[in-house]
Amino acid sequence: MNETVNPKTLLVSDKPLTLAIMAMGGQGGGVLSDWIVGLAEAQGWMAQSTSVPGVAQRTGATIYYIEMLPARGGVSPIFSLMPTPGDVDVVLASELMEAGRSVLRGLVTPDRTTLIASTHRSFAVGEKEKPGDGIGDPTVVVGATDFAAKRTIAFDMETLATKNGSVISASMFGALAGAGVLPFAKEAFEATIRGGGKGVEPSLRAFNASFERAQSKPRDEVSATPVKRYDALPESAAHPDLDRLVHRLRAEFPEVAWPLLFAGIKKLTDFQDAAYAGEYLDRVGKLYALDRTHGGEAKDFAFTVQSAKYVAVAMAYDDVIRVADLKTRGSRFNRVAKEVGVKDGQILYMTEYMHPRMEEICGMMPNGLGRWIESRPSLFAWLDRRINKGRRVQTGTLFWFLTLYSIAGLRRIRRGTLRHAQEIEHREAWLSAAVAQLARNYDLAVEVINNRRLVKGYSDTHARGLSKFDRVMSALPLLQDRADGAAWMKRLRQAALLDESGIALDGALKTVATL
Amino acid sequence: MAERSFAREVEDLKLGEGEIFRGEGILAITKALLQSGVSYVGGYQGSPISHLMDVLADAKEIMEDLGVHFETSASEAAAAAMLSASVMYPVRGAVTWKSTAGTNVASDALSNLSSGGVNGGALIILGEDFGEGSSIMQERSHAFAMKSQMWLLDPRPNLPSMVQAVEDGFQLSEASNTPVMLQVRIRACHVHGQFVAKDNKRPEFTLRQALENPVRDVNRIVLPPANFAQDKDKLERRWPAAINFIKERKLNEFFGPDEGEIGIITLGGLYNGVMRSLQQLGLADVYGNSSVPIYVMNVAYPTIDEEVVDFCLGKKAVIMIEEGAPEYIEQSLHTLMRRRDIQTRLHGKDILPRGGEYTAPVMLKGLTTFIEMYNRLLLGNQPPVPDPTPVLNDPKVKALADVVPARPAGFCTGCPERPIFAAMKLVEKELGEHHVSADIGCHLFSILPPFNIGGTTMGYGLGPASASAFNVDADKRSIAVMGDGGFWHNGLATSVGNAVFNKQNGVILVVDNYYSAATGGQDILSSRAINPNRKTNNSIVDAVKGIGATWVRQIDRTYDVAKMRDTLKEALTTDETGPKIIVASSECMLNKQRRVRPQFAKAVKDGKRMIKERFGVDEDVCTGDHACIRLSGCPSLSVKHTDDPLKDDPVAAIDNSCVGCGNCGEVSEAAVLCPSFYRADVIHNPTGWDKFLAKLRASVIGWLQARRAAGRIVFAD
Repeated sequence: MNETVNPKTLLVSDKPLTLAIMAMGGQGGGVLSDWIVGLAEAQGWMAQSTSVPGVAQRTGATIYYIEMLPARGGVSPIFSLMPTPGDVDVVLASELMEAGRSVLRGLVTPDRTTLIASTHRSFAVGEKEKPGDGIGDPTVVVGATDFAAKRTIAFDMETLATKNGSVISASMFGALAGAGVLPFAKEAFEATIRGGGKGVEPSLRAFNASFERAQSKPRDEVSATPVKRYDALPESAAHPDLDRLVHRLRAEFPEVAWPLLFAGIKKLTDFQDAAYAGEYLDRVGKLYALDRTHGGEAKDFAFTVQSAKYVAVAMAYDDVIRVADLKTRGSRFNRVAKEVGVKDGQILYMTEYMHPRMEEICGMMPNGLGRWIESRPSLFAWLDRRINKGRRVQTGTLFWFLTLYSIAGLRRIRRGTLRHAQEIEHREAWLSAAVAQLARNYDLAVEVINNRRLVKGYSDTHARGLSKFDRVMSALPLLQDRADGAAWMKRLRQAALLDESGIALDGALKTVATL
Repeated sequence: MAERSFAREVEDLKLGEGEIFRGEGILAITKALLQSGVSYVGGYQGSPISHLMDVLADAKEIMEDLGVHFETSASEAAAAAMLSASVMYPVRGAVTWKSTAGTNVASDALSNLSSGGVNGGALIILGEDFGEGSSIMQERSHAFAMKSQMWLLDPRPNLPSMVQAVEDGFQLSEASNTPVMLQVRIRACHVHGQFVAKDNKRPEFTLRQALENPVRDVNRIVLPPANFAQDKDKLERRWPAAINFIKERKLNEFFGPDEGEIGIITLGGLYNGVMRSLQQLGLADVYGNSSVPIYVMNVAYPTIDEEVVDFCLGKKAVIMIEEGAPEYIEQSLHTLMRRRDIQTRLHGKDILPRGGEYTAPVMLKGLTTFIEMYNRLLLGNQPPVPDPTPVLNDPKVKALADVVPARPAGFCTGCPERPIFAAMKLVEKELGEHHVSADIGCHLFSILPPFNIGGTTMGYGLGPASASAFNVDADKRSIAVMGDGGFWHNGLATSVGNAVFNKQNGVILVVDNYYSAATGGQDILSSRAINPNRKTNNSIVDAVKGIGATWVRQIDRTYDVAKMRDTLKEALTTDETGPKIIVASSECMLNKQRRVRPQFAKAVKDGKRMIKERFGVDEDVCTGDHACIRLSGCPSLSVKHTDDPLKDDPVAAIDNSCVGCGNCGEVSEAAVLCPSFYRADVIHNPTGWDKFLAKLRASVIGWLQARRAAGRIVFAD
């Protein structure tokens, strides 16, 4: 090239500061974007923002993009209307997965990007709709953002905003100011919020709280496993029956099983009574005895531990009596009042949406009577036509309260009901299937215990759970002699929890059949 | 009434000479219309041009002051037909819509308009809904310009250029007696920037003058023999007039050095992206200086042959940058070069992708390839180009792909359309799956999880028409869904009329949410609001009965899932022939909340007795199967892990954004799910009677609760 005509030497090397906001429709990403542009313009910079809201305004993921430069002698800079991956200075993500999305889009790079993200979760439909636990693993996101970002400021900006009576745009603006990535003073940020004119005081509170937080503790830890509450065994539980249970637990079981056993006896005394919790310890005790004779110690008594969990779940089955009991408790009235934020001088009433069927009514009847009706289909159908409809139960009114209260009172005769008999039948069949595996394939026996997770819910949901349980268990004969039988059983159970109709499970079962 | 108030933006329309307008691109265009002395404006709302319509609808006062007629057209066809006012009279008119969807609807009128030609400036503002953020088929409006020989402007995406294009567009239209389309892409519509305003201008010739002094010219009417003369006139007089105007007024622009071995030809709308890519390659700066010659076509059609030829001569190669398929301009340039025997190599979609949005990385890659082919030395000493690939290829980042969930748009919290599709799911469980023809509108979100309902979508108001082939003997019937927006846009005649006339035996479900909701909550004929400027409250049921439908059911509260389910079942099984029409009505919750919330707060403040409803889940009762979510998908109905070590799966949970629509409860009742849901009614400002009753109830209930709690031997919590 001829140097005298090289126009490249005339080029200016100014580069705009670039910011991308990853948001969900309805979160106020537009407000945040307007604030940033307003701030820059007020500070004598040229700024441009763009967005592609479209239908994403309706709860979908969307992006706002901002570029800014100090004004330079009347020349308008030419700003880009979209971010270049690898060329973004600040990414503001208004939710944890959106932070992940920004990394996937290449907007976060270690050479220059400061990532400011709220760690709260707003679950996507795909995560919520799974019959099991479909929630995405947050630690994968943190692993990726830590790797990709030059610097990360990540905490729950949603909760912080709510606590200050504001919305997340205000706390994110605060975190942006606190991060010190824009060359503007904190006062300029505050002036921008004041200039907006709406909800100024709460916005400023959230802004300031977030500003402080971004500087004092810029990172929140996130965990992949939900925090579970394991209570310490009490020295005294204020009643001899309860003390006896705790004493038995200590005396008869290995320490590794205590936390779940205690959760179990707590649940079952609440579900029925101390004697019922005693039965539970008896039942698990028998399983523990078998566990010991089948080399359980080498496996940390996994069979006993998992039995402690799922036998409790099985014994605290969901019946009408349980629902009526839970719905009529004073503690529940107080909890609802707290959750919906009832203030002094206001009155709260609850309406329950119930849809009992004849199956549930029969289940509440004494075993003999219940079976007698069940064996007469036309009578059953006739009764069902009268029972089976939706009922709006106003728990705060005397009539409905007394109705539910009386049903809850049937707890005394629960052990004699048809439902109880059915539950015992199912439970014992399940446990003997597990026990049968103990000698042959210890790990598989544990997985059979874990399969109880599939049985849950009410009505159709309960029936569907039972059918999935049966289908998963149907693979037992194929798996019992395989060394990897337990792994396969676990896979089957996970497949069963993936979708409602069991398409994934059918596929997994077919695979198992070809093993 | 649109979803939000545009009172603040209306103030921006009042800015006078020399004042600085700061705001969105589409609002700058709106202001430019008023500065250009426009007489009338019409259009059909839709992203990304909705705000033009919304702000003018709120600007009645300004419009009356200026003597401008504004109309919310029934459809894009109606808007295009409106431009016929400019055929004989020297009045400037502008219409707007989402393109290409709207241009398709409008094209009948547009063809007639451009064949006969115009006297007054006729401007069509097209929101080019292409690329990220788009909700429609990816096509180019360019084709309409070519087939009808209308001119197409595609200005650089900054506010001064877009504002200038409006004024230029009117003048070009008048100079060439041809309607002009002004194309603005999504990001340009939503770009925030500034320009120096001018005073608004009253039209010199008013519509009133026109109406009172009618003029006709049979040569402007598209009928033989005039249509043949018009064809000739277009090519022999109007085309050259346009070319001359564009050249003389320098509507297209040249940047960079006069000479160069290579050159770039770009459409105006893509200019900023091209410049950013050149900047990253070290060939341009952020202030618009470039070391590569650039020819910017702010006029996408027609091509100004002389300008192209002058630009290409002496260069080894040029690249044509135009977005979307096919490459109309590149093809026409090849024809031009061949005819003139110019040896400059022409590139375009041989290097750049044939379709899709020309994002920053796409342009960077394409331009790099082009420059390396012809002038590699130019790239010497270039700064490092932004490159995220090392990050994207890391396993830690790749693992994200399995974790980060898709988050498409969906029904809002409390949406009244949700229970309709929940009911359809319940019917599906009983009667099996059906062929479902969908339409355009919020209800189309039904095709996504959790509902997964809907097989095809053929256009606005065409849902039932697109099921018309299925009018045959079968054990199942088709179901067609259509919104109230689509119904009034096109559906009444094209879908319902067609179904009645042809005795179509399917089910037609009209989702009536009182607004054109998906486009921003604008009023339509059947809106229930009293709108002083429009005639609302026209019944859809009366309309379909008026057109001859006999089996018609009105559901006044879509949240009644059981009724919805039973009505659908009846429609699918009744012996009656002809279309079975269900009109399912409930107000769009987004708009309802905007309307009702301030009213509620005021009533509470005034001491009136008010009941606030919201829903909750008893987490002890919930077993975490999430069947309720699979029949809802409501943003406020989510899941959470409990600290109960005996519970594996997260339970359902309702957050504070719940508006108490009732869908959760109704669904769990109708689908026989579980008794976890409760509705909490909080009585604000209770009356004396309320208080007395509550006290009485609480004393009895409290006594019973205490009694039972005392008898319960449990571990302390």
